[in-house]
Amino acid sequence: MQEELNVKTMAEFAAEGKEPDILYWVGCAGSYDARAQKVSRAFAKLLNKAGVSFAILGNEESCCGDPARRAGNEFIFQMLALQNIEVLNGYNIKKIVTACPHGYNTLKNEYPELGGNFEVIHHTQFIEQLIADGKLDVSDNKYAKSTKVTYHDSCYMGRVNGEYKAPRNILNSAKIEITEMERSGVNGFCCGAGGAQMFKEEEKGDKRVNEERANEAIGTGAKIIAANCPFCITMLEDGLKAYEKEDEIKVMDIAEILSADLDLGQ
Amino acid sequence: MIQQLIFTIVTLATIILSYRAYSFIVKNIKFGREYELIKDNPARWKTMILVALGQGKMFKYFLPALFHLFIYVAFIFTQIELLEILVDGFFGKHRIFALPLGGFYTFIISLIEILSVLAFIATIVFLSRRNIINVKRFHKPEMKGWPFTDANLILLGEILLITGIFLANSSDLVLQTRLPEHFHHTGQFAVSAYLAKYVFSNFSTGTLLVLERIGWWLHLTVVYGFILYLTISKHLHLIFAFPNTFFTPLTPRGKMENMPVIMNEVKSMMGLTEGGEDAMEMSEEIPEFGARDIQALKWKNILDAYTCTECGRCTDNCPANITGKELSPRKIVMMVRDRADEIGKKLRSKDEKYIREDLKTEGTKLTIENFDDGKSLFDYISDQEIFACTTCNACVEQCPVLINPLDIILQMRRYRILTDSAGPSDWMPMFTSLENSGSVWQMQEERDAWAK
Repeated sequence: MQEELNVKTMAEFAAEGKEPDILYWVGCAGSYDARAQKVSRAFAKLLNKAGVSFAILGNEESCCGDPARRAGNEFIFQMLALQNIEVLNGYNIKKIVTACPHGYNTLKNEYPELGGNFEVIHHTQFIEQLIADGKLDVSDNKYAKSTKVTYHDSCYMGRVNGEYKAPRNILNSAKIEITEMERSGVNGFCCGAGGAQMFKEEEKGDKRVNEERANEAIGTGAKIIAANCPFCITMLEDGLKAYEKEDEIKVMDIAEILSADLDLGQ
Repeated sequence: MIQQLIFTIVTLATIILSYRAYSFIVKNIKFGREYELIKDNPARWKTMILVALGQGKMFKYFLPALFHLFIYVAFIFTQIELLEILVDGFFGKHRIFALPLGGFYTFIISLIEILSVLAFIATIVFLSRRNIINVKRFHKPEMKGWPFTDANLILLGEILLITGIFLANSSDLVLQTRLPEHFHHTGQFAVSAYLAKYVFSNFSTGTLLVLERIGWWLHLTVVYGFILYLTISKHLHLIFAFPNTFFTPLTPRGKMENMPVIMNEVKSMMGLTEGGEDAMEMSEEIPEFGARDIQALKWKNILDAYTCTECGRCTDNCPANITGKELSPRKIVMMVRDRADEIGKKLRSKDEKYIREDLKTEGTKLTIENFDDGKSLFDYISDQEIFACTTCNACVEQCPVLINPLDIILQMRRYRILTDSAGPSDWMPMFTSLENSGSVWQMQEERDAWAK
């Protein structure tokens, strides 16, 4: 049995005549993918712990449209995006946090031209701020302190949106030392999921992109690969399986590492 | 007098020929479509100064950047000497800057000589990287044939140019001691002083007079040759890097170009348009979305293509290419350039066989609007290539002259998906699910089930 997460939807807030401080954009992966759902729960626990008043859209949320747009299907992208913007504007949403770099990028960079203007924050940036504000104390690290950790930059937070520091700062705050992979930061190597590759077979080649990356992570000797994107997590876990390392090495979202640290469960 | 005449003829010929060649390229770039640009000039100048002039992104690869810097700085400073050559050649003078500038002239020419030695070393390093060490990215499939020869030719040209500089300077220094009336004093140059002392002083005055002229004309003709050669070479980047960095979009990297026609249609479908706006004009012809050929690309994509240095850093960092997929971002860019060249040539041929059948009437002239040679970019770039891209932006990040190969790939994807209704079959269930349930996976459970 899980403990009560107490996550409320915007509709519930509205029915009570209240407004949350922030909307948590869960995204398709965070909502439906069994692995990413754990990240959603871990992040919700952190938000609760920090006393943040937040809501989700629940069934009123649709896919942000990133995979459709990058697969070339602008019609479907526009349908999804305009629908979402209608809902978000209807609730007068100003501030959005999301644990998905693809949703982050689309909402932040692509919705404005369609009439959706929001302050969009990635969950690693939000957590970094909670720590800085003293709302989340991670200094008494219990979980990953003595474990070797490497950090995988997602393309859409890293190269695309220039956010390399927030996830690393969080790990540093938790006194976790990062053993960097050779290709990191601006040279970070893709997990293979972006551009809607997640939803198709790879084109013909010598090996899979995720296996190449997993192998690089294995090379650091890390026992935890910290990530900040649900698609990266899936890809890297699959990549580890190719080397039969899935039991030895864990791929964890930053929120999951902190949640474990704070004894909130994984 | 004869030299002045030849100089004037050669110079005029170079001006006329290069005007022709460069205007062809400008025309080819203009085949691309207009698009919305953020015209923030201070920001654009800043980018150009940092990236093109300042070589800001070159140093991601340190050693090649350093050697490239030698050639680049030598190239810039040599223009001072070239300017003197032009003035001398036109007025029939000899080293016209030497007397008024005095010691500063000696300093400038010495600086050019030292930089030329560094550039010479760099040229040897680059030749060996391409031909002996065989750096992998210079031997990818798209580098076979002309691109490989092109790179070597320009390096050999550099050696010729440097040879010219030292021939002229060293002979001059010796001749100053023998025929001081014509070869007036310039002071001792940093490198050629030694060449003069140990090598050139052994030659007869007659030989030196010839060598000095050979050196002088070599410098001039190699430069003129370069100007013309650039138009068929990847070395065009030494000019185009500047406009290309200047016109680089200032929009966020993660923002794909919006398609207002589709946005408005979807808005009217969803009843989101305010009065008047929804009166979409639906023409008989099915509109074409995305890019099938260069006319549907932005003009900046074609400017990108002509700016490409074929250095291959994009391909070297492409996760698809690294894992053995056919996709090579460099190839995408090169093919856009080759296709633009091809269309330009065919249009200049004025051959009526290139007029689209349904637009062919008596007296119709061939234009870019009615052009159809039965080919498209898809004859150069395969579906496997465009659908292997993960949109990771590594190519965009790496390019030292701010080319965006990804933008081309995504416009071609849009054509395949929206206009051809083709593309990877794996994506069809995703599209269906997105359309029907608003989720990327077809799911039975509630969207907030994770929180329950």
